[in-house]
Amino acid sequence: MTLRTPLNKVRLYGSARSGTDHFWHQRLTSIANIPLTIFLLWLVIPLSGASHAEVVTNIKHPLIAFGLIAVIISFTWHMRLGMQVIIEDYVHSDGRKLMLVVVNNLFCSMIALMSIFAILKISFGA
Amino acid sequence: MVELNLPKNSRVQDGKSWPEPDGARIKEFRVYRWNPDDGKNPQVDTYKIDLDKCGPMVLDAIIKIKDEQDPSLTFRRSCREGICGSCAMNIDGTNTLACTKAIEDVNGPVKIYPLPHMEVVKDLVPDLTNFYAQHRSIEPWLQTTTAEPEREWLQSSEDREKIDGLYECILCACCSTSCPSYWWNGDRYLGPAVLLQAYRWLIDSRDEFTGDRLDNIEDPFRLYRCHTIMNCAKACPKGLNPAKAIAGIKKMLVERRV
Repeated sequence: MTLRTPLNKVRLYGSARSGTDHFWHQRLTSIANIPLTIFLLWLVIPLSGASHAEVVTNIKHPLIAFGLIAVIISFTWHMRLGMQVIIEDYVHSDGRKLMLVVVNNLFCSMIALMSIFAILKISFGA
Repeated sequence: MVELNLPKNSRVQDGKSWPEPDGARIKEFRVYRWNPDDGKNPQVDTYKIDLDKCGPMVLDAIIKIKDEQDPSLTFRRSCREGICGSCAMNIDGTNTLACTKAIEDVNGPVKIYPLPHMEVVKDLVPDLTNFYAQHRSIEPWLQTTTAEPEREWLQSSEDREKIDGLYECILCACCSTSCPSYWWNGDRYLGPAVLLQAYRWLIDSRDEFTGDRLDNIEDPFRLYRCHTIMNCAKACPKGLNPAKAIAGIKKMLVERRV
């Protein structure tokens, strides 16, 4: 039972005046992910069954390393945005929603940082 | 989290089966019934109608049921020609207007339920209070600061055409109540009908508050819960496309910042 008027409940705190960046970046990363996925398949499929040394040699190439870092940034960014949409859609308790959004951000950032670090290590390693 | 099962006191049970009249073309109607006063679970009552003694539309049939068999059957109706939006309900699995849905178009028994995922007032009458408040929140009227002209505000033919496919909306709520995003987040997401109405004022060349309107709507929940599921366009009994209107709003919001 609430004594608030229906309009009060709808207006609530007003508009967040955000969301367009989220929407726009999700579209941009999804477009970027098309060529990046093709690049990743082009790189990985011929390497199936290859030795560790061969894979390392490939990743050491500056253009390949650059491409892989682009894959990681675009994929994890897209993953973060998409997962946040799912959380906002389906999790309705405010506390749990906030916690999951934070966890999602941390998880995606960690995946991105660790993967980029691994590529740089291989790329610049002896 | 989202609840996938109905609570115990909301599970729909088999209800009363009314006697079959004499006639050659008998059609069965299964209608959702719920009365807030009797404390019982909702039930589906079965009525049978002789189509030779009934008008062609589903609304004709339920009016006939109310007149001749069961006066307690409760539903909204007014214009009976698809312009008032009162008789919106879920017929044969799709939200539509009972007055423009032909009985002939339904194979087998005609199943009639209230609009989905809304609080039910009684039988086929959903509570649209929140829906109307959401419509009110987008301020659906012309807003200007320029002094009013002596005669009407002028608009070119090209600008007038932009409102086609929008002004026809009768706010029946068929689209909003068919939208899963509106089911899960109807308290914060404005829903396809209200967003189509918002776009109708955003795109109106005479309105001087387009920027304020966009500010008011730019919100992860108010607008961006739309994931272009397209149930709205499929359900609309007037053949409109709310998803396209919402895409128009998103396009305006991107355009004003790039």
